Amino acid sequence: MKLLLEHAHVEGIRYYDTYRKHGGYRSVEKAFKMTPDEIVEEVKKSGLRGRGGAGFPTGMKWSFLAKPEGVPRHLVCNADESEPGTFKDRYLMEFLPHLLIEGLIVSSFALGSHATYIYIRGEYAWIVDILEQAIAEAKNNGWLGKNILNSGFDCEIYVQRGGGAYICGEETALIESLEGKRGNPRIKPPFPAIQGVWMRPTVVNNVETLAAIVPIINNGGEEYAKIGVGRSTGTKLLSVCGNVKKPGIYEIDMTQSVEEFIFSDEYCGGIANGKRLKACIPGGSSVPILPANLLLKTAKGETRYMNYESLSDGGFATGSMMGSGGFIVMDEEQCVVRHTMTLARFYNHESCGQCSPCREGTGWMYKILKNIEYGKGKLSDIDLLWDIQRKIEGNTICPLGDAAAWPVAAAIRHFRDEFEWHVNNPDEAQNRNFGLAHYADPIHIPAGA
Amino acid sequence: MSEQTPKFKVTIDNITVEVAPGTTILNAARMIGGDVTPPAMCYYSKLEGSGGKCRTCLVEVSKGSEKDPRPMPKLVASCRTTVMDGMEVKNITSDKVLDARKGVVEMLLVNHPLDCPVCDQAGECHLQDLSYEHGASTTRYEFDRRTFEKEDLGDYISLHMTRCILCYRCVYTAEQLTQKREHGVLDRGDHAAISTLLGKSLDNEFIGNVIDVCPVGALTDKTFRFKNRVWFTKPVDAHCDCKTCGGKARLWMRGDEVYRVTARKDQWGEVEEWICNDCRFHKKSAKDWVIEGPSKISRHSVISQGHYVGVKKQPVYIDKVIGKDPKMLLDIHTVSDVNRPEVELSKIAGPAHSDDFKNTGK
Ligand SMILES: Cc1cc2nc3c(=O)[nH]c(=O)nc-3n(C[C@H](O)[C@H](O)[C@H](O)COP(=O)(O)O)c2cc1C
Ligand code: SF4
Ligand code: SF4
Ligand code: FES
Repeated sequence: MKLLLEHAHVEGIRYYDTYRKHGGYRSVEKAFKMTPDEIVEEVKKSGLRGRGGAGFPTGMKWSFLAKPEGVPRHLVCNADESEPGTFKDRYLMEFLPHLLIEGLIVSSFALGSHATYIYIRGEYAWIVDILEQAIAEAKNNGWLGKNILNSGFDCEIYVQRGGGAYICGEETALIESLEGKRGNPRIKPPFPAIQGVWMRPTVVNNVETLAAIVPIINNGGEEYAKIGVGRSTGTKLLSVCGNVKKPGIYEIDMTQSVEEFIFSDEYCGGIANGKRLKACIPGGSSVPILPANLLLKTAKGETRYMNYESLSDGGFATGSMMGSGGFIVMDEEQCVVRHTMTLARFYNHESCGQCSPCREGTGWMYKILKNIEYGKGKLSDIDLLWDIQRKIEGNTICPLGDAAAWPVAAAIRHFRDEFEWHVNNPDEAQNRNFGLAHYADPIHIPAGA
Repeated sequence: MSEQTPKFKVTIDNITVEVAPGTTILNAARMIGGDVTPPAMCYYSKLEGSGGKCRTCLVEVSKGSEKDPRPMPKLVASCRTTVMDGMEVKNITSDKVLDARKGVVEMLLVNHPLDCPVCDQAGECHLQDLSYEHGASTTRYEFDRRTFEKEDLGDYISLHMTRCILCYRCVYTAEQLTQKREHGVLDRGDHAAISTLLGKSLDNEFIGNVIDVCPVGALTDKTFRFKNRVWFTKPVDAHCDCKTCGGKARLWMRGDEVYRVTARKDQWGEVEEWICNDCRFHKKSAKDWVIEGPSKISRHSVISQGHYVGVKKQPVYIDKVIGKDPKMLLDIHTVSDVNRPEVELSKIAGPAHSDDFKNTGK
């Protein structure tokens, strides 16, 4: 089922003429025949949930936008995509820039944003050019600027490059950065819907969320809601990396089981090099890692599916999260300790340093993990790590603190034996990996495969 | 505040106060005073936008309001959370809060050099007080601490970045008092540092106030550097007819000598009125000032050294907080042979021996 990537492989789809020929900008024509409130209503009906990580219902978010008389409102597209493992927005913007622009125009009309911003991570420099070219094309063809399609609605889209900080993906840090300040997350409340960019009401949405507005308007919210299961409606992009045969971007309708997604030839094609599945981080580096057995089946023994509810079944004790769709697969050759250390280094490097638990705790965890990984750890370090992550989680200004704590917590929760093995066999741990554990890959692999 | 304005009832640790809408939990707790008040290392009532960063003031909201009694899912920063009518807050009655606060103190000390013996701030350092009251007595941190070179911010202010807890108070002070953005935070995370842009010196009539707002010894007065320990100097309130600031200051004296001039601080350690650099750094003679009298210093402060002047004793609420009179767990004198108050230790010749105590009338 492809909605967003339907035309991704059409030659020249990046350019306006081809995109238009394949039905591009139809949703704008349709939207301008509706009222802004009707559009918001359609989005509500679609059940679309934010694709940036938190999964908050988009229609609801839009309806919270304050509309004080005489104050401009803004739509901001979050294209900061810096979560390790997540690269779906890059694909969308690089190959289908007009899909995002189209979604932005419709959404800007729905929200009354005359100046809409795309905040893009600095490292995506070449995509800035692609987007700016697409914006220019759209403008030349009358989809942007003054009085679009004689509707009386004016809209401009501006692309703003970030300086390469992960924290600027957090919506309030993004807003600060957009304003030209240091990208420190704001203390909420007030929420952006009330006071966002330049203290004006603002909606911040992910690239994929805004692209999904196009099929929602084209086909109607109810049609969109028929795709998927339960509260996981529509299609979701996943960026798959790690030890699978076919890493890349997949669009799924969230009805697949995790097993099908990893092992079927239609998707990841199984684990590469005949290795066995050890663990997986299903939603980008911030979400809890799951060992193979809990990944394929929930704690209750039911099949786990690739959707919001099923991936989080069991809470953090035995489940994980859909997150931002960065699907990282690890085979038996991967070391969980090393991997956790790498993530801890990332969060240490990316903490903005405003609040003490995150600023100091992330560095402390990284140093301890480094010790364990390089054979200098103590058994008590594992408990200390647990305690530090517990002291960070929930006690910080923004969710980066939680995002730093969860991977460490999940790694210890599910792979404690591997940590202990590292501590107890420091020399051996330098030379070989722990391999699979008692939670061995439950998939039967025929001999010689 | 007029009598007419509607008031919100908020209960903190079982003590109820009425406050004006818009009051933060922290300020409501300050109205109660005593142990019920959460410690605040970054919030500063005179600095707009301050607070929310250090996380020492976290409290548990066990009831959101009369209308929506649901508890808040996470601990909240009391300095940045406003009260609702009927809100119930737990500070020292919440184990979760005490545990989290202990964690925060530990985090604040992870990279702190603990160089109190050579730090000018010792004796009036909020981090010392905080660790003493809420911290653990040992550290679990076994790594090198981050280090920075000592820096001079102009002629009068010295920056020891190693001691900084990144509370951002000085940043807000520099921004709000001097209308210039020349002092701020560079880098991020645990390598973030307070600095001036391009190493420029801070020359501005009011910049000296960053010394007073700094809760630790990161920003200190170069004209007072290593001259004395604060508890050897005697604080007196004085004023002068300064044209730049109000001229209301506190002099730190020994005999007739003025060692240091600071702004006056209230019971929460906050500056009452900003003073200018001229008053702070140049009027170092008693002749420059009209002395009003000894300053009020908290009786808990080492500065008062047992001889506090005109200080209101902080109220004690322990019975109300725990709902009953506190019971002493054990009176040491009932079981100990050696610890007997009626025995005057100085009367015993040589090292005391348990016999010395046994022999005296029991
Ligand atoms: C540390 C941190 C980094 C984030 N990075 C991104 C990001 O790169 N892209 C993104 O869309 N959302 C990111 N988010 C989530 C945003 O704060 C926000 O929830 C999202 O943009 C809302 O869009 P949505 O409702 O469409 O998901 C991040 C959040 C945090 C806490
Ligand atoms: S949690 Fe970390 S990243 Fe977020 S505001 Fe606090 S220090 Fe900054
Ligand atoms: S120098 Fe002092 S006032 Fe400034 S941020 Fe550091 S601790 Fe706070
Ligand atoms: S005083 Fe509230 S967070 Fe620092």
